[in-house]
Amino acid sequence: MRTIRIGSGAGYSGDRIEPALELAEKGDIQYLVFECLGERTVALAQQARMKNPDSGYDPLLEDRMLAVLPACVANGIKIVTNMGAANPTAAAQKTREIANSLGLSSLKIAAIVGDDVLEACNTSDLPIMEFDGTVKQLGNRLLSANVYLGAGPIAEALGKGADIVITGRASDPALFLAPMVHAFGWPMNDWNLLGQGTVAGHLLECAGQITGGYFSDPPYKDVPDLARLGFPIGEVAEDGSLVITKVADSGGAVTARTCKEQLLYEVHDPTRYIQPDVTADFSHVKVEEVGKDRVRISGGRGTSRPATLKVSVGYIDSYIGEGQISYAGPGALARGRLALEIVRERLKLTGLAASELRFELIGVDSLHGAELSSQASEPYEVRVRVAGRTENLREAVRIGNEVETLYTNGPAAGGGAFKSARDVVAVASVLLPRELATPSIQFVQG
Amino acid sequence: MKLREIAHSRTGDKGNTSNISVIAYLEQDYPLLLAQVTTARVKAHFAGVVQGEVVRYELPNIAALNFVMTGALGGGVTRSLALDAHGKSLSSALLDLEIEPAADNQASIE
Repeated sequence: MRTIRIGSGAGYSGDRIEPALELAEKGDIQYLVFECLGERTVALAQQARMKNPDSGYDPLLEDRMLAVLPACVANGIKIVTNMGAANPTAAAQKTREIANSLGLSSLKIAAIVGDDVLEACNTSDLPIMEFDGTVKQLGNRLLSANVYLGAGPIAEALGKGADIVITGRASDPALFLAPMVHAFGWPMNDWNLLGQGTVAGHLLECAGQITGGYFSDPPYKDVPDLARLGFPIGEVAEDGSLVITKVADSGGAVTARTCKEQLLYEVHDPTRYIQPDVTADFSHVKVEEVGKDRVRISGGRGTSRPATLKVSVGYIDSYIGEGQISYAGPGALARGRLALEIVRERLKLTGLAASELRFELIGVDSLHGAELSSQASEPYEVRVRVAGRTENLREAVRIGNEVETLYTNGPAAGGGAFKSARDVVAVASVLLPRELATPSIQFVQG
Repeated sequence: MKLREIAHSRTGDKGNTSNISVIAYLEQDYPLLLAQVTTARVKAHFAGVVQGEVVRYELPNIAALNFVMTGALGGGVTRSLALDAHGKSLSSALLDLEIEPAADNQASIE
Protein backbone atom coordinates (compact mmCIF):
# COMPACT_ATOMS: atom_id res chain seq x y z
CA MET A 1 0.00 0.00 0.00
CA ARG A 2 1.23 3.49 -0.83
CA THR A 3 2.47 5.55 2.10
CA ILE A 4 3.62 9.16 2.45
CA ARG A 5 5.57 10.80 5.24
CA ILE A 6 4.63 14.38 6.14
CA GLY A 7 6.83 16.47 8.41
CA SER A 8 5.53 19.32 10.54
CA GLY A 9 8.09 22.12 10.41
CA ALA A 10 6.49 24.77 12.63
CA GLY A 11 3.73 24.97 15.22
CA TYR A 12 3.48 28.75 15.19
CA SER A 13 4.95 31.79 13.48
CA GLY A 14 7.98 32.22 15.74
CA ASP A 15 8.83 28.52 16.09
CA ARG A 16 12.35 27.05 15.99
CA ILE A 17 13.82 26.55 12.51
CA GLU A 18 16.51 23.84 13.02
CA PRO A 19 13.98 21.05 13.68
CA ALA A 20 12.44 21.78 10.26
CA LEU A 21 15.85 21.53 8.61
CA GLU A 22 16.44 18.29 10.50
CA LEU A 23 13.18 16.94 9.02
CA ALA A 24 14.18 18.00 5.50
CA GLU A 25 17.65 16.46 5.80
CA LYS A 26 17.02 13.29 7.80
CA GLY A 27 13.25 12.80 8.01
CA ASP A 28 12.79 10.77 4.82
CA ILE A 29 9.69 12.89 4.18
CA GLN A 30 7.93 13.82 0.95
CA TYR A 31 6.04 16.83 2.33
CA LEU A 32 7.05 19.53 4.80
CA VAL A 33 4.23 21.63 6.26
CA PHE A 34 4.70 24.90 8.14
CA GLU A 35 1.67 26.06 10.17
CA CYS A 36 2.47 29.63 11.16
CA LEU A 37 -0.79 31.56 11.22
CA GLY A 38 -2.44 32.15 14.60
CA GLU A 39 -6.01 33.36 15.08
CA ARG A 40 -5.03 37.00 15.18
CA THR A 41 -1.85 36.93 13.07
CA VAL A 42 -3.64 37.50 9.78
CA ALA A 43 -5.26 40.69 11.14
CA LEU A 44 -1.88 42.03 12.29
CA ALA A 45 -0.42 41.09 8.90
CA GLN A 46 -3.27 42.94 7.18
CA GLN A 47 -2.31 46.06 9.16
CA ALA A 48 1.27 45.66 7.91
CA ARG A 49 0.05 45.23 4.34
CA MET A 50 -2.01 48.43 4.54
CA LYS A 51 1.22 50.28 5.34
CA ASN A 52 3.28 48.47 2.68
CA PRO A 53 1.50 46.54 -0.12
CA ASP A 54 4.49 44.22 -0.61
CA SER A 55 4.43 43.02 2.99
CA GLY A 56 1.82 41.20 5.05
CA TYR A 57 3.35 37.73 5.03
CA ASP A 58 5.15 35.80 7.76
CA PRO A 59 8.22 37.64 9.10
CA LEU A 60 10.23 34.40 9.19
CA LEU A 61 9.32 33.31 5.65
CA GLU A 62 12.70 34.29 4.27
CA ASP A 63 14.71 32.65 7.07
CA ARG A 64 12.71 29.44 6.82
CA MET A 65 12.88 29.15 3.03
CA LEU A 66 16.61 29.93 2.97
CA ALA A 67 17.18 27.26 5.60
CA VAL A 68 15.16 24.41 4.10
CA LEU A 69 14.95 24.91 0.33
CA PRO A 70 18.30 23.30 -0.61
CA ALA A 71 17.55 20.14 1.41
CA CYS A 72 13.94 20.04 0.18
CA VAL A 73 15.06 20.17 -3.44
CA ALA A 74 17.81 17.60 -2.89
CA ASN A 75 15.33 15.18 -1.29
CA GLY A 76 12.29 15.89 -3.47
CA ILE A 77 10.21 17.37 -0.65
CA LYS A 78 7.21 19.56 -1.41
CA ILE A 79 6.37 22.44 0.95
CA VAL A 80 2.89 23.52 2.07
CA THR A 81 2.55 26.55 4.33
CA ASN A 82 0.16 29.29 5.43
CA MET A 83 3.06 31.75 5.76
CA GLY A 84 1.32 33.84 3.10
CA ALA A 85 -0.75 35.35 5.96
CA ALA A 86 -2.43 38.48 4.56
CA ASN A 87 -0.48 38.43 1.30
CA PRO A 88 0.14 34.97 -0.20
CA THR A 89 1.01 36.46 -3.60
CA ALA A 90 3.82 38.60 -2.18
CA ALA A 91 5.02 35.64 -0.11
CA ALA A 92 5.17 33.48 -3.25
CA GLN A 93 7.07 36.20 -5.12
CA LYS A 94 9.52 36.52 -2.23
CA THR A 95 9.98 32.74 -2.21
CA ARG A 96 10.56 32.88 -5.98
CA GLU A 97 13.37 35.42 -5.42
CA ILE A 98 14.93 33.27 -2.70
CA ALA A 99 14.72 30.12 -4.85
CA ASN A 100 16.30 31.92 -7.80
CA SER A 101 19.08 33.30 -5.60
CA LEU A 102 19.85 29.71 -4.52
CA GLY A 103 19.98 28.59 -8.15
CA LEU A 104 16.66 26.76 -7.82
CA SER A 105 14.74 28.59 -10.54
CA SER A 106 12.99 25.43 -11.78
CA LEU A 107 10.88 25.21 -8.60
CA LYS A 108 7.16 25.68 -9.19
CA ILE A 109 5.67 28.02 -6.62
CA ALA A 110 1.93 28.58 -6.14
CA ALA A 111 -0.08 30.98 -4.02
CA ILE A 112 -3.64 30.21 -2.95
CA VAL A 113 -5.70 33.39 -2.90
CA GLY A 114 -9.32 34.10 -2.12
CA ASP A 115 -9.37 33.68 1.67
CA ASP A 116 -9.75 37.46 1.97
CA VAL A 117 -13.55 37.85 2.12
CA LEU A 118 -13.76 41.31 3.63
CA GLU A 119 -16.01 42.56 0.86
CA ALA A 120 -18.37 39.59 0.95
CA CYS A 121 -18.66 39.89 4.74
CA ASN A 122 -19.26 43.62 4.67
CA THR A 123 -21.98 43.59 2.05
CA SER A 124 -23.82 40.57 3.43
CA ASP A 125 -23.73 42.07 6.93
CA LEU A 126 -23.22 38.73 8.68
CA PRO A 127 -23.83 38.46 12.43
CA ILE A 128 -20.85 38.07 14.78
CA MET A 129 -20.87 34.86 16.83
CA GLU A 130 -19.15 36.10 20.00
CA PHE A 131 -21.22 39.22 20.70
CA ASP A 132 -24.31 41.09 19.48
CA GLY A 133 -23.61 42.97 16.30
CA THR A 134 -22.73 42.57 12.65
CA VAL A 135 -19.57 42.98 10.62
CA LYS A 136 -20.91 46.22 9.17
CA GLN A 137 -21.40 47.65 12.66
CA LEU A 138 -17.66 47.37 13.34
CA GLY A 139 -17.34 50.33 10.95
CA ASN A 140 -13.84 51.71 10.60
CA ARG A 141 -12.59 49.42 13.41
CA LEU A 142 -12.81 46.50 10.95
CA LEU A 143 -9.37 45.38 9.71
CA SER A 144 -9.73 42.04 7.99
CA ALA A 145 -11.99 39.08 7.27
CA ASN A 146 -10.38 35.82 6.21
CA VAL A 147 -12.18 32.57 5.59
CA TYR A 148 -10.71 29.22 6.62
CA LEU A 149 -10.19 27.47 3.28
CA GLY A 150 -10.01 23.70 3.03
CA ALA A 151 -7.62 21.21 1.44
CA GLY A 152 -9.13 21.36 -2.07
CA PRO A 153 -7.21 24.26 -3.64
CA ILE A 154 -3.90 23.17 -2.06
CA ALA A 155 -4.30 19.61 -3.36
CA GLU A 156 -5.19 21.03 -6.79
CA ALA A 157 -2.02 23.16 -6.82
CA LEU A 158 0.05 20.08 -5.91
CA GLY A 159 -1.72 18.22 -8.74
CA LYS A 160 -0.63 20.94 -11.15
CA GLY A 161 2.96 20.31 -10.18
CA ALA A 162 3.57 22.90 -7.49
CA ASP A 163 6.68 22.24 -5.36
CA ILE A 164 5.72 24.96 -2.88
CA VAL A 165 2.15 25.98 -2.02
CA ILE A 166 1.66 29.16 0.01
CA THR A 167 -1.73 30.00 1.49
CA GLY A 168 -3.20 32.69 3.64
CA ARG A 169 -5.97 31.63 6.04
CA ALA A 170 -6.61 27.92 5.67
CA SER A 171 -7.69 25.44 8.29
CA ASP A 172 -4.54 24.14 10.00
CA PRO A 173 -5.34 20.41 9.57
CA ALA A 174 -6.19 21.07 5.90
CA LEU A 175 -2.55 21.98 5.23
CA PHE A 176 -1.75 18.33 6.08
CA LEU A 177 -4.91 16.81 4.60
CA ALA A 178 -4.10 18.34 1.20
CA PRO A 179 -0.98 16.22 0.51
CA MET A 180 -2.97 13.08 1.43
CA VAL A 181 -5.83 14.03 -0.90
CA HIS A 182 -3.31 14.78 -3.63
CA ALA A 183 -1.13 11.70 -3.18
CA PHE A 184 -3.94 9.16 -2.74
CA GLY A 185 -6.71 10.77 -4.76
CA TRP A 186 -9.09 10.60 -1.81
CA PRO A 187 -12.61 11.66 -2.89
CA MET A 188 -13.70 14.88 -1.18
CA ASN A 189 -16.87 13.15 0.05
CA ASP A 190 -15.29 10.11 1.68
CA TRP A 191 -16.03 11.50 5.14
CA ASN A 192 -14.32 8.72 7.09
CA LEU A 193 -11.05 9.06 5.17
CA LEU A 194 -11.19 12.85 5.44
CA GLY A 195 -11.98 12.47 9.16
CA GLN A 196 -8.97 10.22 9.74
CA GLY A 197 -6.80 12.56 7.64
CA THR A 198 -8.02 15.44 9.78
CA VAL A 199 -6.99 13.54 12.91
CA ALA A 200 -3.51 13.27 11.39
CA GLY A 201 -3.43 16.97 10.53
CA HIS A 202 -4.72 17.99 13.92
CA LEU A 203 -2.06 15.89 15.69
CA LEU A 204 0.74 17.31 13.53
CA GLU A 205 -0.25 20.98 13.27
CA CYS A 206 1.38 22.15 16.51
CA ALA A 207 4.71 20.51 15.65
CA GLY A 208 6.64 19.99 18.92
CA GLN A 209 3.47 19.72 20.99
CA ILE A 210 3.19 16.04 20.04
CA THR A 211 6.87 15.15 20.38
CA GLY A 212 7.16 16.17 24.02
CA GLY A 213 6.84 19.95 23.94
CA TYR A 214 4.20 21.58 26.21
CA PHE A 215 4.17 18.25 28.09
CA SER A 216 7.03 17.88 30.55
CA ASP A 217 6.02 18.07 34.22
CA PRO A 218 8.84 16.66 36.36
CA PRO A 219 8.89 14.21 38.05
CA TYR A 220 5.53 12.94 36.72
CA LYS A 221 6.14 13.47 33.03
CA ASP A 222 9.79 13.69 32.00
CA VAL A 223 10.89 14.32 28.42
CA PRO A 224 14.50 13.90 27.28
CA ASP A 225 16.48 16.63 25.53
CA LEU A 226 13.89 19.40 25.06
CA ALA A 227 16.56 21.80 23.81
CA ARG A 228 16.91 19.54 20.74
CA LEU A 229 13.20 18.72 20.45
CA GLY A 230 12.50 16.91 17.19
CA PHE A 231 9.40 17.82 15.18
CA PRO A 232 6.88 15.15 14.20
CA ILE A 233 6.41 13.05 11.10
CA GLY A 234 3.06 11.56 10.13
CA GLU A 235 3.37 8.32 8.20
CA VAL A 236 0.06 8.02 6.38
CA ALA A 237 -1.07 5.16 4.16
CA GLU A 238 -3.59 5.21 1.35
CA ASP A 239 -6.28 3.70 3.62
CA GLY A 240 -5.70 6.39 6.25
CA SER A 241 -3.58 4.29 8.63
CA LEU A 242 -1.34 6.60 10.57
CA VAL A 243 1.83 6.36 12.65
CA ILE A 244 3.23 9.46 14.39
CA THR A 245 7.00 9.42 14.76
CA LYS A 246 10.06 11.71 14.61
CA VAL A 247 13.65 11.74 13.39
CA ALA A 248 15.75 9.12 15.21
CA ASP A 249 18.11 10.65 17.79
CA SER A 250 16.31 14.00 17.90
CA GLY A 251 15.18 15.26 21.31
CA GLY A 252 11.76 14.68 22.83
CA ALA A 253 9.50 11.62 22.74
CA VAL A 254 6.43 10.42 20.88
CA THR A 255 4.32 8.36 23.27
CA ALA A 256 0.65 7.42 23.66
CA ARG A 257 0.47 10.14 26.31
CA THR A 258 1.86 12.95 24.17
CA CYS A 259 -0.52 11.90 21.38
CA LYS A 260 -3.59 11.79 23.64
CA GLU A 261 -2.87 15.28 24.99
CA GLN A 262 -2.54 16.68 21.50
CA LEU A 263 -5.63 14.82 20.27
CA LEU A 264 -7.80 16.88 22.64
CA TYR A 265 -5.87 20.16 22.30
CA GLU A 266 -8.29 22.96 21.36
CA VAL A 267 -11.10 20.45 20.83
CA HIS A 268 -14.61 21.01 22.13
CA ASP A 269 -17.15 18.30 21.25
CA PRO A 270 -14.86 15.41 20.18
CA THR A 271 -17.61 13.93 17.98
CA ARG A 272 -17.87 17.15 15.98
CA TYR A 273 -14.53 18.75 15.12
CA ILE A 274 -15.75 21.09 12.42
CA GLN A 275 -13.49 21.60 9.42
CA PRO A 276 -14.03 23.16 5.98
CA ASP A 277 -13.88 19.70 4.34
CA VAL A 278 -15.44 17.40 6.92
CA THR A 279 -16.92 17.20 10.40
CA ALA A 280 -14.35 14.95 12.06
CA ASP A 281 -15.19 12.55 14.88
CA PHE A 282 -12.41 11.76 17.40
CA SER A 283 -14.58 9.66 19.72
CA HIS A 284 -13.42 6.29 18.33
CA VAL A 285 -9.75 7.13 17.93
CA LYS A 286 -7.36 4.51 19.27
CA VAL A 287 -3.80 5.30 20.32
CA GLU A 288 -1.20 2.49 20.56
CA GLU A 289 2.56 2.54 20.99
CA VAL A 290 4.02 0.24 18.32
CA GLY A 291 7.72 1.00 18.80
CA LYS A 292 10.12 3.55 20.24
CA ASP A 293 8.75 6.97 19.29
CA ARG A 294 6.17 5.31 17.07
CA VAL A 295 2.47 5.63 17.91
CA ARG A 296 -0.31 4.21 15.74
CA ILE A 297 -3.47 6.31 15.55
CA SER A 298 -6.59 4.68 14.12
CA GLY A 299 -10.35 5.10 14.19
CA GLY A 300 -10.76 8.71 13.06
CA ARG A 301 -14.13 9.10 11.36
CA GLY A 302 -16.19 11.84 9.83
CA THR A 303 -19.56 13.08 8.68
CA SER A 304 -20.45 15.59 6.00
CA ARG A 305 -18.79 18.99 5.76
CA PRO A 306 -20.66 22.06 7.05
CA ALA A 307 -22.68 24.34 4.75
CA THR A 308 -20.86 27.40 6.08
CA LEU A 309 -17.20 28.28 6.49
CA LYS A 310 -15.73 30.03 9.51
CA VAL A 311 -14.36 33.52 8.96
CA SER A 312 -11.91 35.26 11.32
CA VAL A 313 -12.75 38.93 11.52
CA GLY A 314 -9.98 41.17 12.81
CA TYR A 315 -10.92 44.51 14.37
CA ILE A 316 -9.57 47.19 16.70
CA ASP A 317 -11.27 46.27 19.95
CA SER A 318 -9.84 48.69 22.52
CA TYR A 319 -6.58 49.82 24.09
CA ILE A 320 -4.71 48.18 26.94
CA GLY A 321 -2.47 50.07 29.35
CA GLU A 322 -0.27 48.20 31.80
CA GLY A 323 2.30 48.84 34.51
CA GLN A 324 4.48 46.57 36.66
CA ILE A 325 6.88 47.02 39.56
CA SER A 326 8.65 44.56 41.90
CA TYR A 327 9.10 44.24 45.69
CA ALA A 328 11.35 41.72 47.44
CA GLY A 329 12.57 40.51 50.81
CA PRO A 330 10.74 40.56 54.15
CA GLY A 331 7.30 42.14 53.81
CA ALA A 332 7.33 42.05 50.01
CA LEU A 333 3.77 40.74 49.86
CA ALA A 334 2.42 43.50 52.15
CA ARG A 335 4.21 46.21 50.18
CA GLY A 336 2.94 44.75 46.91
CA ARG A 337 -0.62 44.77 48.20
CA LEU A 338 -0.21 48.33 49.48
CA ALA A 339 1.10 49.37 46.06
CA LEU A 340 -1.98 47.90 44.36
CA GLU A 341 -4.28 49.77 46.77
CA ILE A 342 -2.46 53.02 46.09
CA VAL A 343 -2.75 52.64 42.32
CA ARG A 344 -6.41 51.64 42.61
CA GLU A 345 -7.15 54.81 44.58
CA ARG A 346 -5.04 57.00 42.31
CA LEU A 347 -6.83 55.82 39.16
CA LYS A 348 -10.13 56.66 40.88
CA LEU A 349 -8.93 60.07 42.12
CA THR A 350 -7.63 61.05 38.71
CA GLY A 351 -10.77 59.85 36.91
CA LEU A 352 -9.30 57.23 34.59
CA ALA A 353 -11.87 56.08 32.03
CA ALA A 354 -11.46 52.31 31.87
CA SER A 355 -14.06 49.64 31.14
CA GLU A 356 -12.10 46.89 32.89
CA LEU A 357 -9.17 46.86 35.36
CA ARG A 358 -7.00 44.13 36.87
CA PHE A 359 -4.91 44.50 40.02
CA GLU A 360 -2.69 41.51 40.78
CA LEU A 361 0.59 40.25 42.11
CA ILE A 362 2.70 38.13 39.78
CA GLY A 363 4.02 35.26 41.88
CA VAL A 364 0.86 35.24 43.99
CA ASP A 365 -2.48 35.53 42.23
CA SER A 366 -2.03 36.80 38.66
CA LEU A 367 -2.72 33.56 36.80
CA HIS A 368 -5.72 32.01 38.54
CA GLY A 369 -7.08 34.75 40.80
CA ALA A 370 -7.30 35.11 44.57
CA GLU A 371 -9.47 32.06 45.23
CA LEU A 372 -7.25 29.30 43.81
CA SER A 373 -4.06 30.87 45.17
CA SER A 374 -5.30 31.57 48.71
CA GLN A 375 -3.44 28.57 50.22
CA ALA A 376 -0.03 29.52 48.82
CA SER A 377 2.83 30.49 51.13
CA GLU A 378 4.47 33.91 51.13
CA PRO A 379 6.92 34.40 48.25
CA TYR A 380 10.36 36.06 48.50
CA GLU A 381 9.44 38.54 45.79
CA VAL A 382 6.27 39.81 44.15
CA ARG A 383 5.59 41.80 41.03
CA VAL A 384 2.73 44.27 41.03
CA ARG A 385 0.71 44.26 37.82
CA VAL A 386 -2.08 46.68 36.92
CA ALA A 387 -3.78 46.40 33.52
CA GLY A 388 -6.82 48.19 32.14
CA ARG A 389 -8.92 48.48 29.03
CA THR A 390 -9.60 51.95 27.65
CA GLU A 391 -11.17 53.53 24.59
CA ASN A 392 -8.09 55.41 23.48
CA LEU A 393 -4.31 55.30 23.74
CA ARG A 394 -4.06 58.45 25.88
CA GLU A 395 -6.06 56.87 28.70
CA ALA A 396 -4.17 53.59 28.37
CA VAL A 397 -0.83 55.38 28.83
CA ARG A 398 -2.02 56.80 32.17
CA ILE A 399 -2.25 53.33 33.75
CA GLY A 400 1.43 52.49 33.35
CA ASN A 401 2.40 56.02 34.31
CA GLU A 402 0.51 55.71 37.57
CA VAL A 403 2.30 52.45 38.43
CA GLU A 404 5.65 54.05 37.60
CA THR A 405 5.01 56.90 40.06
CA LEU A 406 5.23 54.26 42.82
CA TYR A 407 9.03 54.65 42.54
CA THR A 408 8.97 57.91 44.46
CA ASN A 409 5.43 57.92 45.85
CA GLY A 410 4.72 54.31 46.79
CA PRO A 411 5.91 51.72 49.32
CA ALA A 412 9.60 51.28 50.10
CA ALA A 413 12.04 49.67 47.71
CA GLY A 414 9.97 49.17 44.58
CA GLY A 415 12.14 48.36 41.58
CA GLY A 416 12.09 47.42 37.91
CA ALA A 417 9.04 49.40 36.84
CA PHE A 418 7.77 48.70 33.35
CA LYS A 419 4.92 50.21 31.40
CA SER A 420 3.20 49.67 28.08
CA ALA A 421 0.18 50.84 26.13
CA ARG A 422 -1.08 49.33 22.89
CA ASP A 423 -4.09 48.96 20.69
CA VAL A 424 -5.80 45.59 20.81
CA VAL A 425 -6.45 43.84 17.52
CA ALA A 426 -9.03 41.25 18.44
CA VAL A 427 -10.62 38.49 16.43
CA ALA A 428 -14.26 37.48 16.20
CA SER A 429 -15.96 34.88 14.02
CA VAL A 430 -18.74 34.84 11.48
CA LEU A 431 -20.08 31.99 9.35
CA LEU A 432 -19.99 32.53 5.60
CA PRO A 433 -22.12 30.53 3.14
CA ARG A 434 -19.61 28.25 1.44
CA GLU A 435 -20.42 29.43 -2.10
CA LEU A 436 -19.26 32.98 -1.26
CA ALA A 437 -15.66 31.79 -0.89
CA THR A 438 -13.97 31.43 -4.29
CA PRO A 439 -10.32 30.43 -3.85
CA SER A 440 -7.95 30.30 -6.80
CA ILE A 441 -4.36 29.33 -7.59
CA GLN A 442 -1.66 31.71 -8.83
CA PHE A 443 1.63 30.29 -10.11
CA VAL A 444 4.58 32.65 -9.77
CA GLN A 445 6.78 32.20 -12.80
CA GLY A 446 10.56 31.79 -12.61
CA MET B 1 -4.39 12.33 46.78
CA LYS B 2 -4.20 14.93 44.08
CA LEU B 3 -5.60 14.37 40.58
CA ARG B 4 -2.01 14.86 39.40
CA GLU B 5 -1.17 11.39 40.77
CA ILE B 6 -3.45 9.58 38.31
CA ALA B 7 -3.97 11.91 35.37
CA HIS B 8 -2.29 14.36 33.04
CA SER B 9 -3.83 17.34 31.37
CA ARG B 10 -3.47 19.95 28.61
CA THR B 11 -5.28 23.24 28.08
CA GLY B 12 -6.39 24.61 24.72
CA ASP B 13 -8.06 27.88 23.77
CA LYS B 14 -10.56 29.13 21.19
CA GLY B 15 -11.86 32.66 21.59
CA ASN B 16 -13.24 33.04 25.12
CA THR B 17 -13.52 29.27 25.64
CA SER B 18 -10.93 27.08 27.35
CA ASN B 19 -10.83 23.30 27.08
CA ILE B 20 -8.95 21.16 29.55
CA SER B 21 -8.32 17.48 28.95
CA VAL B 22 -7.92 15.10 31.87
CA ILE B 23 -6.29 11.85 30.75
CA ALA B 24 -5.82 8.82 33.01
CA TYR B 25 -2.23 7.58 33.12
CA LEU B 26 -3.65 4.06 33.53
CA GLU B 27 -6.89 2.95 31.92
CA GLN B 28 -7.95 1.34 35.19
CA ASP B 29 -8.21 4.79 36.79
CA TYR B 30 -10.70 6.09 34.23
CA PRO B 31 -13.71 5.16 36.44
CA LEU B 32 -12.21 7.33 39.21
CA LEU B 33 -12.10 10.27 36.82
CA LEU B 34 -15.66 9.60 35.71
CA ALA B 35 -16.92 9.43 39.29
CA GLN B 36 -14.94 12.25 40.87
CA VAL B 37 -13.91 14.78 38.24
CA THR B 38 -17.47 15.92 37.70
CA THR B 39 -18.74 19.00 35.93
CA ALA B 40 -19.95 20.41 39.26
CA ARG B 41 -16.55 19.97 40.92
CA VAL B 42 -14.66 21.49 38.02
CA LYS B 43 -17.07 24.41 37.93
CA ALA B 44 -16.62 24.97 41.67
CA HIS B 45 -12.82 24.66 41.41
CA PHE B 46 -12.71 27.35 38.73
CA ALA B 47 -15.44 29.55 40.26
CA GLY B 48 -13.05 32.51 40.32
CA VAL B 49 -12.00 32.00 36.70
CA VAL B 50 -14.91 30.65 34.64
CA GLN B 51 -17.93 32.88 34.10
CA GLY B 52 -19.90 30.62 31.76
CA GLU B 53 -20.82 26.96 31.58
CA VAL B 54 -18.68 23.89 32.04
CA VAL B 55 -19.47 20.91 29.78
CA ARG B 56 -17.82 17.50 30.17
CA TYR B 57 -17.20 15.15 27.25
CA GLU B 58 -16.26 11.53 27.96
CA LEU B 59 -13.73 9.66 25.84
CA PRO B 60 -13.55 6.04 27.03
CA ASN B 61 -11.54 5.27 23.86
CA ILE B 62 -8.52 7.03 25.37
CA ALA B 63 -9.58 6.98 29.06
CA ALA B 64 -9.97 10.75 29.11
CA LEU B 65 -12.39 13.55 29.87
CA ASN B 66 -12.57 16.87 28.06
CA PHE B 67 -13.92 19.93 29.89
CA VAL B 68 -15.10 22.84 27.82
CA MET B 69 -15.44 26.06 29.82
CA THR B 70 -17.05 29.12 28.26
CA GLY B 71 -16.35 32.67 29.46
CA ALA B 72 -13.01 31.47 30.84
CA LEU B 73 -10.47 33.68 29.07
CA GLY B 74 -11.15 37.26 30.14
CA GLY B 75 -13.29 38.10 27.11
CA GLY B 76 -11.16 36.14 24.63
CA VAL B 77 -7.52 35.33 23.97
CA THR B 78 -7.04 38.23 21.58
CA ARG B 79 -8.47 40.90 23.91
CA SER B 80 -7.89 39.61 27.46
CA LEU B 81 -6.13 41.75 30.09
CA ALA B 82 -4.78 38.60 31.72
CA LEU B 83 -1.09 37.77 31.94
CA ASP B 84 -1.86 34.27 30.64
CA ALA B 85 -4.40 35.30 28.02
CA HIS B 86 -4.57 31.78 26.56
CA GLY B 87 -5.25 30.21 29.96
CA LYS B 88 -2.44 27.75 29.22
CA SER B 89 -1.68 27.41 32.92
CA LEU B 90 -5.22 26.30 33.87
CA SER B 91 -4.45 22.59 33.44
CA SER B 92 -1.99 22.76 36.34
CA ALA B 93 -4.70 24.21 38.57
CA LEU B 94 -7.09 21.38 37.72
CA LEU B 95 -4.48 18.71 38.57
CA ASP B 96 -4.54 20.10 42.13
CA LEU B 97 -8.06 18.67 42.61
CA GLU B 98 -8.37 16.27 45.56
CA ILE B 99 -9.28 12.65 44.63
CA GLU B 100 -10.37 9.81 46.94
CA PRO B 101 -8.32 6.72 46.04
CA ALA B 102 -10.27 3.63 44.94
CA ALA B 103 -10.90 1.21 47.80
CA ASP B 104 -9.06 -1.71 46.17
CA ASN B 105 -8.37 -3.66 49.38
CA GLN B 106 -11.95 -3.52 50.55
CA ALA B 107 -13.14 -4.63 47.14
CA SER B 108 -10.91 -7.71 47.22
CA ILE B 109 -12.06 -8.63 50.78
CA GLU B 110 -15.66 -8.52 49.67
